[in-house]
Amino acid sequence: MSAVAPLLRVEGVSKSFRGLLALNDVSFDVVERGIAALIGPNGAGKTTLFNVIAGVFPPDSGHVRLGEADITGERPDRICHAGIGRTFQIVKPFAQMTVLENVTVAALHGAGTVAEATQSARGFLEMLELDTRAAQHAANLTLPDRKRLEVARALATGPRLLLLDEVMAGLRPSETDRMVATLRRLRDDTGLTILLIEHVMRAVMALSEHITVLHHGEKISEGTPETIVRDPAVLECYLGDQDL
Amino acid sequence: MTAVRRFFGPLSPAGLWLGGAFLLLLLLLPWWGGSYIMTVATTVFYLALVGQSWNLMLGFAGLLSIGHALFVGIGAYTAAYLFAAVGLPPAVGVLPAIGLAVLMGLLIGYLGFRFAIGGVYFALLTIAFAEFVRVVIDHVSWLGATEGFFLKVSEADRHGIDLANLRGAPEMYYYLIMALALGALVLCRYLLRSRLGYYWQAIRDDAGAAEALGVNVLRYKMYAVAISSGMAGVAGVFYAFYQNSLFPEIVFNIERSIEATLGSIVGGVGTLFGPIFGTFILTPLGEIVTEAIDLLKHWHVIDPETKLDGLKLLIWGFIVVLIVLFKPKGLWPWVCVRLRLTRPEAEG
Repeated sequence: MSAVAPLLRVEGVSKSFRGLLALNDVSFDVVERGIAALIGPNGAGKTTLFNVIAGVFPPDSGHVRLGEADITGERPDRICHAGIGRTFQIVKPFAQMTVLENVTVAALHGAGTVAEATQSARGFLEMLELDTRAAQHAANLTLPDRKRLEVARALATGPRLLLLDEVMAGLRPSETDRMVATLRRLRDDTGLTILLIEHVMRAVMALSEHITVLHHGEKISEGTPETIVRDPAVLECYLGDQDL
Repeated sequence: MTAVRRFFGPLSPAGLWLGGAFLLLLLLLPWWGGSYIMTVATTVFYLALVGQSWNLMLGFAGLLSIGHALFVGIGAYTAAYLFAAVGLPPAVGVLPAIGLAVLMGLLIGYLGFRFAIGGVYFALLTIAFAEFVRVVIDHVSWLGATEGFFLKVSEADRHGIDLANLRGAPEMYYYLIMALALGALVLCRYLLRSRLGYYWQAIRDDAGAAEALGVNVLRYKMYAVAISSGMAGVAGVFYAFYQNSLFPEIVFNIERSIEATLGSIVGGVGTLFGPIFGTFILTPLGEIVTEAIDLLKHWHVIDPETKLDGLKLLIWGFIVVLIVLFKPKGLWPWVCVRLRLTRPEAEG
């Protein structure tokens, strides 16, 4: 594992909003074909970091690299084309389009025609167990299904790196396990790299090979799940009031 | 028939038969309707074309324009001027007319989207430009200024068929605008099912998500404005040669822009048949109201001296309020379900 080059490099990223420091000099790597997690209490800056990586806003300082390319401050659509697919913590379905059309939009930029995109979209719906919902309007989906739709759309863009922002929230334990299995299978089959923000520890511990812990916008720890759960700094600020 | 069905999508057999019968009725209109009904029908198709263009922006891409008269007016003045000044037939003049309308659309779009002016503020920008161009033309003497710009029509013109110069009998105008409106419908159907349509709807529903999925939001919004203003420009050329007189106060009046929105709002914003369906309800209704008032005046139920000019607008306004209250998605989706024009699970 140590010989594998990092696919994503976050280097000294800082970001503040109106003087409030949301991210302070955060650095970490995600190795190619790895599954990494970003954890931390609410307000730790996890989603802000995702938004910086995905280009929603540029960092005040620091760099984001995908493979060889410096993607710092690029537009979101360019970053998507560069190979990063992301989901939104607060889901953003295209409410008036059907589930199938939602995913087709995502599949279009890798496809020549709408028919091809639709074809590949069906595959992703099946993968996320949404195929029975294909003709429904996204507005009518339940929250867990909307979370799955987020994942299906992000996957349909054909990313090298998948950013998942709390996609297991609201899923039942058995559904979480199925999602974990799906993601792991994807990584094994397609060589996808995954970075996830997650509060569902069941999923974090089952999936991730590497964990970065944020607290008040700073990285306070990182390592394998085994080392993280024993790190006193993590236990004190984050896991102290959590059931693992 | 299968090709038609594939194109117009999930129409039920009842929808196909009803639609077909209605179309046949309209095709044969010159044989059963008088000149008055044909005038009304011509207006209906003209407004359907403008409405289709407006609906493309708001209904498909989520961009609210309340200045659509601007694009219509630019198309009208361009083709009319080129015809009167250098004798360029409108069949050719339609190209520069589209070109200028599109340029104006792109200018407004760029200003709006580049500086992230969204929603209502973008709508205000479209109104502002329409007003601005109206005031400019008010002062341009070679466009007739406030006195109006006129195209010559001879009595002989009223009978032949000269499509290149848009001179001919009322039937010619009727069939032409019918073809244009139906052409716009077909074009919109095609666009909606293309990459453009998918991206527009995604941008309409959530621009942030669309961007994250690789959609260049600025570019696809610009495409929407360009195609919409181009369609409105074509409608403008027809308007110029059908009316033969252009006044800035009338052409660029905000009433024209609002008129362009009403059919779609009544029929259903974002639906394909909504704009044309809505105008088929509103325009005849407006005519009926006008006729009814005239009759009441004739029978002295109402004092003939009473001024009731605003009544039609008042009634339209009332209808729009009812629609917004009770059928906010428009009448077309409701009619589709009620008359089973489409198969279940599908939309017009």
